[in-house]
Amino acid sequence: MAVAGAVAALALLPVAYLVVRASEGGWSLVAGTLFEERTGRLLVRSLGLAAAVTAVCAVIGVALAWLTVRCDLPGRRAWRVVAALPLAMPSYVAGFAYVSTFPDLAGFWGAFLVLTILSYPYVFIPVAAALERQDPALEEAARSLGDGPVRAFQRVTLRQVRPAAATGSLLVCLYVLSDFGAVSLLRFDSFTRVIYQAYRSSFDRRPAAVLGCLLLVFTLGILVAEARTRGRARYFAPGGGGVPRRPELLRLGRARWLALALPAAVVGLALALPLATTLRWLAESVQAQFDAARVWGAAGRSVAASSMGAVLAAAAAVPVALLAARHRSRAAGVIERSAYVGHALPGVVVALSIVFFSVRFLNPLYQRLPMLVFAYLVLFLPLAVSSVYGSAVQAPPALDEVARSLGRRPLSAFRTVTAPLIAPGVAAGAALVFLTCLKELPATLLLGPTGYETLATRIWSSTSTGAYGDAALPALILVLVAAVPTWALTTRLSRRP
Amino acid sequence: MNAVDCAGVTKSFGPVRAVRGADLSIEKGSLTAVLGPSGCGKTTLLRIVAGFERLDAGSVAVFGSVVAGPGAHLPPERRQVSIVPQGQALFPHLTVAGNVGYGVRRGPERDRAVAAMLELSGLARLGDRMPHELSGGQQQRVALARALAPSPALVLLDEPFGSLDAALRAGLRADVAAVLRASGTTALLVTHDQEEALSMAESVAVMRDGVIVQHAPPHEVYRRPADLWVAGFVGSANVLPGRMAGPDRVDCALGRCAVAEGGPGPLVDVVVRPEQVQLVAAGGSPGGAEGVVEDRQYFGHDALVRVGLEGGATVLARLSGAAPLPPGARVSVACPEPVLVFAPANAGA
Repeated sequence: MAVAGAVAALALLPVAYLVVRASEGGWSLVAGTLFEERTGRLLVRSLGLAAAVTAVCAVIGVALAWLTVRCDLPGRRAWRVVAALPLAMPSYVAGFAYVSTFPDLAGFWGAFLVLTILSYPYVFIPVAAALERQDPALEEAARSLGDGPVRAFQRVTLRQVRPAAATGSLLVCLYVLSDFGAVSLLRFDSFTRVIYQAYRSSFDRRPAAVLGCLLLVFTLGILVAEARTRGRARYFAPGGGGVPRRPELLRLGRARWLALALPAAVVGLALALPLATTLRWLAESVQAQFDAARVWGAAGRSVAASSMGAVLAAAAAVPVALLAARHRSRAAGVIERSAYVGHALPGVVVALSIVFFSVRFLNPLYQRLPMLVFAYLVLFLPLAVSSVYGSAVQAPPALDEVARSLGRRPLSAFRTVTAPLIAPGVAAGAALVFLTCLKELPATLLLGPTGYETLATRIWSSTSTGAYGDAALPALILVLVAAVPTWALTTRLSRRP
Repeated sequence: MNAVDCAGVTKSFGPVRAVRGADLSIEKGSLTAVLGPSGCGKTTLLRIVAGFERLDAGSVAVFGSVVAGPGAHLPPERRQVSIVPQGQALFPHLTVAGNVGYGVRRGPERDRAVAAMLELSGLARLGDRMPHELSGGQQQRVALARALAPSPALVLLDEPFGSLDAALRAGLRADVAAVLRASGTTALLVTHDQEEALSMAESVAVMRDGVIVQHAPPHEVYRRPADLWVAGFVGSANVLPGRMAGPDRVDCALGRCAVAEGGPGPLVDVVVRPEQVQLVAAGGSPGGAEGVVEDRQYFGHDALVRVGLEGGATVLARLSGAAPLPPGARVSVACPEPVLVFAPANAGA
């Protein structure tokens, strides 16, 4: 209990300090920053981008899910796995690929394209899972009540996947608002890019803190608004138990070759084009001279820092998730929300808050590795908690009690019963956090020790200076390393009942 | 020496007083059932004996040594009290043999103890299975075997058959009682099912609102319930208002009946079990009351018949054997056996 509370408090402390720091300039500075004309435009631009990307992602995600789960799309099983993979593609790698190939894309349309093709899996994955779980009896009941196939799909099937689609869209929206890599490489002035510039370019860092707070208010506000508007209808799998029957696949006939165009185009834009571009730049840079040792060093540091973040976050998640699982009624909602809060905290803002916090209170640690790992912990703890929570509910306290009554001390009971049961969730949480740390850019930029170059910062700095050839090898290594946990996680996800 | 002595056990959860001074002694080697409706505090009492909850007042002793009392709380792992929890709670990551051997000290003895326990429980060939590969009844046996394997001083069974369907339950009850007797282990069973308590246990403690209201052998709880509430809870009962007509006679809607034990006052509630009621077709009157059959439920081995009496009261009669009387038939009703009388429940009205 105490451990869980301490973990939560530790994770929230820097963010709280950000608010303190922002208010240090007094009301005039806060008001001056907030009511500046530039800030208004910034808001419109950021929210406009988020809205546009979310809308298109919702359409693509639902359509792809329907095609791959309910239609006889050629190779639909393979598409289901491949269509989830863009999640592993860091936005700055895709940004690098597009800006280096089509320099004219820079600006809104570039950011829109890149963020859309990278974040539609947030909708696709849960909707596909919901469609898969759906009992065909529901649709059959609608048919027997006089609906045609199309109408039954609209009135019943689509309604049933709406919560999954809404949740996914929420994640897309939060992701777009907090993305830093794509918008800064594609030179679109959204919140995160402006905050970073405000921090880097001036000695007075308070405006950056004020803007950071503003962004935080917006992401958390979206989260709250979504929770409020959520409908009260319940979406239960009908009783009776057992595995639901598989619905019959819709025959697309000749249209199925046309239908293939959607997954092919999306995957082509999200995976094939960035990879091809990266390989092309790699081929060119091999002819020139490039510093292989430097790249391998960066790869080593990426893996090291991400591993530390993953291990720490997974370990810290255990007491929190166990506590939540054992007081389910109150905590379940909080845990579910906290997973979104993790997505809602933009990396730039959290990194900034930790910079302020460590400069003021932990100066010896400022720009040292422990601070970077701590930033990873704050950012990705919720991801780890929601992953561990899933398996913690499989280890109810009754098992622990039985172990105690059979003569085991508390630690021994934990080691022999609880630990083996939550191990899969802890491993999945660690893999997820590892993947996310690996892709993380702004915290690494702001908090990495001087000269501590990782794959992410190397790609970013090379691309920002137009040295595209230097970005190619790190980008390729990053995508290959990230593919490993992604593959493990998606196959695990699709196997889940 | 008793296996368990609970004295004045009290436990509150916030404002809710779950157990309010419960006294319960359990004889060594016996199977005792704590019977009560849901929410009566029986599970809390069991969890206090197991050591999962700390009591607020009172004490619990196991074989003479105090395990819980004022300022004393022995952790569950040192009590030698094992439990078969609701829903079994088998360790899902261990095989059947792994589950059964969990509480036995590592060593050559363990394999032998596990094998013997599996044999005793009729699980001999299932040692390598995983819990989810077993049927509900088999899981139940594994949970019991796991609890018995370390040779505990006491086994607690918390609604052990609650998650099983009715058809399985009856057979399993007999098996579980047999395994417990064969191992000679003292057992405490908590249940809300009166049939389960009466058929399995050697003594039944009826619990209500956090206290034990009667503790006696099953036939005595049924035949001589401590009060009107217990009479209604441990079996179905016709409750009829009556007036004492002498020290061992009572007048009620069934006419004049013999009283098993002296009445508490002139006005009483008379308890007549349905199987005590006799019905004959009208005319062949046994000297009781007249009535009309209103409804009947036929079960094969017997039938339950509801009769509306001329005075306005209705009684249930359980009839075995012969074809039940059809609804609308006129009947004569009587109760030749001695009946129970209690102070009226609604004495004020």
